Amino acid sequence: MSKKITIEPVTRVEGHGKVTIHLDDNNQVSQSRLHIVEFRGFERFVQGRPYWEAPVLVQRLCGICPVSHHLAAAKALDVIVGAGTGDGLTPTGEKMRRLMHYGQIFQSHVLHFFHLASPDLLFGIDGDPALRNVIGIAIKHKELAVQAVMMRKYGQEVIKVTAGKKIHGTGAIPGGINKHLTQTEKDSLLNGDDPMNIDKMIDWSLGALEFFKDYHSKNKDLIDKFAAFPSSHVSLVRKDGAMDLYHGVLRGIDSDGNKILNDVDYQDYLQYIDEEVKSWSYMKFPYLRSIGKKDGWYRVGPLARMNTCDFIPSPLAQKEFEIFQAYTNGKPNGMSMHMHWARLIEILHSAEMMKELLNDPDLMSGELVVKGTKGREGVGLLEAPRGTLFHHYRINDDDQIEMANLIVSTTNNNIPMNTAVNLAAKQFMNGQTEITEGMMNAVEVAIRAYDPCLSCATHALGKMPLEAIILDSYGKELDRKLKNG
Amino acid sequence: MSKILITINGKEYSAEAGKMVLEVAKEVGIYIPTLCHYEGIKAQGSCRICTCLIDGRKMTACTTPASHRMVVETNTEELEKIRATIVELLFAEGNHFCPACERSGNCELQALAYRYKMMVPQFPYNFPSRDLDATNPKIMIDHNRCILCKRCIRRKKEKDNPSWFVFKGRGHKTQINIDHELIDKEFDDKLAQEAMDTCPVGAIIRKEKGFDVPIGSRKYDKDPIGSDIKKQGVIL
Repeated sequence: MSKKITIEPVTRVEGHGKVTIHLDDNNQVSQSRLHIVEFRGFERFVQGRPYWEAPVLVQRLCGICPVSHHLAAAKALDVIVGAGTGDGLTPTGEKMRRLMHYGQIFQSHVLHFFHLASPDLLFGIDGDPALRNVIGIAIKHKELAVQAVMMRKYGQEVIKVTAGKKIHGTGAIPGGINKHLTQTEKDSLLNGDDPMNIDKMIDWSLGALEFFKDYHSKNKDLIDKFAAFPSSHVSLVRKDGAMDLYHGVLRGIDSDGNKILNDVDYQDYLQYIDEEVKSWSYMKFPYLRSIGKKDGWYRVGPLARMNTCDFIPSPLAQKEFEIFQAYTNGKPNGMSMHMHWARLIEILHSAEMMKELLNDPDLMSGELVVKGTKGREGVGLLEAPRGTLFHHYRINDDDQIEMANLIVSTTNNNIPMNTAVNLAAKQFMNGQTEITEGMMNAVEVAIRAYDPCLSCATHALGKMPLEAIILDSYGKELDRKLKNG
Repeated sequence: MSKILITINGKEYSAEAGKMVLEVAKEVGIYIPTLCHYEGIKAQGSCRICTCLIDGRKMTACTTPASHRMVVETNTEELEKIRATIVELLFAEGNHFCPACERSGNCELQALAYRYKMMVPQFPYNFPSRDLDATNPKIMIDHNRCILCKRCIRRKKEKDNPSWFVFKGRGHKTQINIDHELIDKEFDDKLAQEAMDTCPVGAIIRKEKGFDVPIGSRKYDKDPIGSDIKKQGVIL
């Protein structure tokens, strides 16, 4: 008799999520789906507001990555105020924004890896949930926990000096930035008391990579095989093919590494990307028009960025990138758990870029804002921690936003996350009639590789409210497991 | 100018006759919160936030002339409660979304809410359906944030009639409206900035200028509202 298992809520990403897993008569997983069932509506309620409000308003989508939305919106509005796309700003404007962005990537990736994902690695997917959380890390791996907290704090301090606040600041304005970096701010970030200085952050980033590589060598099955699948990959890259998390052209490759988006200008993204709507989720399904709805889906995020870029323009991260690439002989890497490896390389890259920027005199003086001939429409893209983020606005003659389209990283990863959930469910639940906590966590581990927003409650508190129900094909309840938040 | 003696919060001060209680208190370094009052224009006492206990009665300090042997209490527990309630009512009545408002940090209403440690109003939100008039090329009026203090109307009227702004409608339907014809004729960037500065909240905003003052440099980022009065006050 076929059954349906529901995991609800998986917790928040742009709202409320749940997973359903269908078992056939032989208790084999026939279909799994990640549903995003809460409607957010930012695209609607930003309509009618003055356009310069967008970077401050829309960033409220998220408390972990507000800077990404803040900057993507500001980049779209740069186009509207005639400041060009990305490279049209003054050196101060662009570099301050970049510093803010690298601070954001750094702190968000640290949170993602250390606070949310590492408990699964250190205590095991089916480890004791009472210990398998950030508090458990603090008890059993104190040094790692201290590093995680201090690294995140450092990233937040970088955001504070560029955006004015650690969360939901106002630094980026259409056409530039609203402040310079002061000497005190620069000194404290470059040469602050141990450990709050950039050299320590680079050291710790290298240490984190060593930790992961060591873990990988001892747990190849988990890291290489868990929820691994081939896919296309999309990200921004610099015009010369370098990794660039703030600005660039759109590049896509298929699972063999062939280019399917050939370094195109993202202002024309609608020519290349469309979104499909499905009845069972409020999250849309983006796909490449040239390939079509069925096979045009792609992955974004750290793994995609490693796969699409030719090199990383900072020396230490480049060395790590070469090791990463060599692992798959230069072929695109489709292993979901390698997302964490890629993430750690980006942490190192961000730290190196922050050091370079903090030493740049342009941050401390120079024009902040540039404006030109005003337009009506603009698109802003950047590489957010979780992947490519699209913001698109059109304004009316009275400076009010009349249309907004946002494709957030998680939306881009919709099908990949569903695929990963399906694979995890098959691996852990095929043939099972009783659901264990470990099985439910396996599904979350798959989601967590992509997006911690779905799992923050679990690992932050170790008490994610989670309910799993097995129903037969008549809707009769066969088994129920409940974890209270 | 003749002198009077006035007791404020138990202390006797000498002051010039003919001034309002609010002015006298300010001169001696005692802060009484205001919203509808604006330095240099005639007070109207409509917001009631400056209510004090004057000779035992609750009166608005901005419209009550100070007189000889007057006894004023500015900050009793009851008065502070009344003021906090007025602020809460204003928040519940309009649509004040500080997180995305460009006046955040420079807003008198927000600063008072911080002063009175308002976490959330005790009253249910009204969530009125109000629009935004963005048709003028220099400024826009966001009716969601307007507290109808009339400062924008009164300021211009006192200098030279007619005003750029007028009241339209009555009762709860009252709104500030722009006299587009007049504004088109007279407005430049400087006057637009003046109009914006007159507004205590984010109802009148200049176009294309938002968020250009960084967090940390805004008016109430470092010191709470009223701190300037306490600093400059000199006991006579």
